[in-house]
Amino acid sequence: MLQIFVNAKYDFVGKRRWFYVVSGGFVVLSLISILFRGGLNYGIDFTGGTLIQVRYDKPVTVDVVRRGLDQIKLGQAVIQQFGDAQEYLIRLHQAGESSEALSKQVVDALSRASGSQVEIRRLEFVGPQVGRDLQLQALYAVLAGMAGILIYVAFRFHFRDGVISVAAIGHDVIVTLGALSVTHREISLPVLAALLTIVGYSINDTIVVFDRIRETRAKGIRKGQNWGDLVNLALNQTLSRTVLTSFTVFLSALVLLLFGGEVLHDFSFALLVGVVTGTYSSVAAATLVMDWESWSRARSRASGKLHARA
Amino acid sequence: MPRRLWLRIGLVAVVAALSIFYLYPPRKTINLGLDLQGGIHLVLGVDIDKALQIQTDRTAERVRSSLEGKGLAVQKVERRGNSEIAVQLASPQAWSEAQSFLLKEFPAFEIKEPDQSAGRLVLSMRPAEITSQRDSFVRQGLETIRNRVDQFGVAEPSIQQQGDNRILVQLPGIQDPNRAKALIGKTAHLEFKLVDDRIDPAAIASGSTLPPGVELLYERRVDPETKQERRIPIVVQKKAMLSGADVADAEVRLDQGNQPYVSLTLTPAGGKVFAQVTTDNVGKLMAIVLDGNVYSAPRIQERIPSGQAQITGSFTLEQARDLKIVLKAGALPAPVQILEERTVGPSLGADSIRRGILSTAGAAIAVVLFMLVYYRLSGLIADLALALNLLILLAAMAGFRATLTLPGIAGVVLTIGMAVDTNILIFERIREELRSGKTVRAAIDSGFSRAFRTVIDTHVTVLVSAAILYQFGTGPVKGFAVTLAIGIFASLFTAVFFTRLIFDLIYMRGRKVESISI
Repeated sequence: MLQIFVNAKYDFVGKRRWFYVVSGGFVVLSLISILFRGGLNYGIDFTGGTLIQVRYDKPVTVDVVRRGLDQIKLGQAVIQQFGDAQEYLIRLHQAGESSEALSKQVVDALSRASGSQVEIRRLEFVGPQVGRDLQLQALYAVLAGMAGILIYVAFRFHFRDGVISVAAIGHDVIVTLGALSVTHREISLPVLAALLTIVGYSINDTIVVFDRIRETRAKGIRKGQNWGDLVNLALNQTLSRTVLTSFTVFLSALVLLLFGGEVLHDFSFALLVGVVTGTYSSVAAATLVMDWESWSRARSRASGKLHARA
Repeated sequence: MPRRLWLRIGLVAVVAALSIFYLYPPRKTINLGLDLQGGIHLVLGVDIDKALQIQTDRTAERVRSSLEGKGLAVQKVERRGNSEIAVQLASPQAWSEAQSFLLKEFPAFEIKEPDQSAGRLVLSMRPAEITSQRDSFVRQGLETIRNRVDQFGVAEPSIQQQGDNRILVQLPGIQDPNRAKALIGKTAHLEFKLVDDRIDPAAIASGSTLPPGVELLYERRVDPETKQERRIPIVVQKKAMLSGADVADAEVRLDQGNQPYVSLTLTPAGGKVFAQVTTDNVGKLMAIVLDGNVYSAPRIQERIPSGQAQITGSFTLEQARDLKIVLKAGALPAPVQILEERTVGPSLGADSIRRGILSTAGAAIAVVLFMLVYYRLSGLIADLALALNLLILLAAMAGFRATLTLPGIAGVVLTIGMAVDTNILIFERIREELRSGKTVRAAIDSGFSRAFRTVIDTHVTVLVSAAILYQFGTGPVKGFAVTLAIGIFASLFTAVFFTRLIFDLIYMRGRKVESISI
């Protein structure tokens, strides 16, 4: 029988300071990267603009594409190879208007400059107003997702667990955004979908641990067993589950990244990062239970003392 | 012997049979999104303020002519803002009569700022009327676009109102998106206006002021040899003799030189006006104006009693056809603006389908092998459950007429990874119970029942995300949310109910069971 982590006895709680340092470090690095790049790199879905995906009938270089575009004055254009050297994405961030003439103009100019046939495979135009509406809605969507989970977990488990879950989700979202920022990826609608999926999925492992903590605690605390032992036990008992369930989703996301094509590339990348950080954070977050408990005990002791004195 | 075994087998069989029934034949039952079959997705904004202004302009014209028809001289009638008309009478004496007349003739308006001594008053559209006008503009726009799309000939188009003043148009499988866009976005406001040849258009074009009652328009002429476009200024009367509303039918014809033109048949009322206008103005030029551009300005040779008019110009057969379509379908009440456009070429769509199938198969193979290697026979059961899950997922999409998009396929791929999670949770629990010394049957029992609670919790959180995503998303992303949600729901049935059934069939019948392959 293949098994992993049978009788695992890792002292997660004892090493929790390391988790906090690592998580804090990643969050800070992510925020620095995002700040350094002047905020989140929203795609045209959110800023408005035009995206044109073109395919040449033979490989060309970025310079050839650039030369073609320079013939027509379209303002600042970002050109990116998309898959092989026959396919390119052209992003025009100017908030112009969609025009029938534009695509024809682009095809003509690109064909002239390269001497090969050019086909427009995809054209997306988002007006500035629509984009701005979406940007705000995206933020609301992620926050609403987190709020929904806070309420559900707090209701099903403990207020403490709800707060910790949301902290873990926030960590995962920020680290994923950081990874997108470091790798110069844009936040498009599919990437947002990936983020929301992470919000709902990465919490699953945490829930498994919370469930186990509750179950073990219901059996009664044995002599000499404190919150630290309890959390450690729950984490070790569920460790194989945490890793295995994430692994299958990781596999799926990896396959999407490898075979899903360029259109889904950023989406799969965000998912992959989110699944990994989500798995890590669910272990790290559970150790917060320990600190929460000792903190709240200390506080109630303190207030108890005050009461006693009064 | 576990209870109600046959009932449970029956339920699984029914679900599987229903799924196959809904899914067959898959090419017909699964709706592919625009990003997979290629097509165009447009969000149009109707400029309602502009429509209101146009409407008020026309009413202002009617106010002037009806006052004059009543013998009340008018000095000035002009639109103010979106929905007000300021009237300045020639003499204050006629004020009372004009006021009661206007109130009666134009019940949609109320009188504001009455000033009898100055002979002034303002007609203001009632708020309820404004609201109903706004609604009707969007409805009218929707209707007009639907007519145009129908005549253009697109299989399964979707045209819906979105929000207050937006119209969502989805045209799958369009070959020439630019042509479709031009056709849909054209206001197609047709007017027949008399050319005022007393004024030199060149002088006006170079900056002289326009006398009242006339305006400067341009005719675009493309030189057939050099392909150079010239803009020829023409001064016409502001007042339109006829408009697109007077057109009953339109047809494309070819003249002797095989040059296409559009032949219009006017409504009976329009035909009468046309006959009168042509009688009164023989020898003058009549400009045919579409959306502010002069198409042609032929000379009126003689009275035209037939109610037939022609639009000639240097267009191709295709352009003539599209012109016919927009004239037949009627004008949009106001200019529309493209707020969002997503066009996917058919080759990219085919590519995406190929990629989608590849990833789905790849993920399925990877996950199936992993489960098989790690959990052996139990893994095989989980794999069967996974297959059933995918079957239900696709059948539910067919049954709900949901649209499969590229992100939707990604949702299917993710579902493969997430659906077996439930089985992993259950199997790990059973292993744990076995390790604690329970018998096989007891371990299976407590494994399923203990894991069930956790499974519910994990499902709810993913559903919360999917629901929010659905609320928020547009087109493709909505498709992702739908597949994710259905896949999660289906996994409750397959990974819990179905797996349990198979376990019961294998381990819970007959004599003692010594070992389990998990």
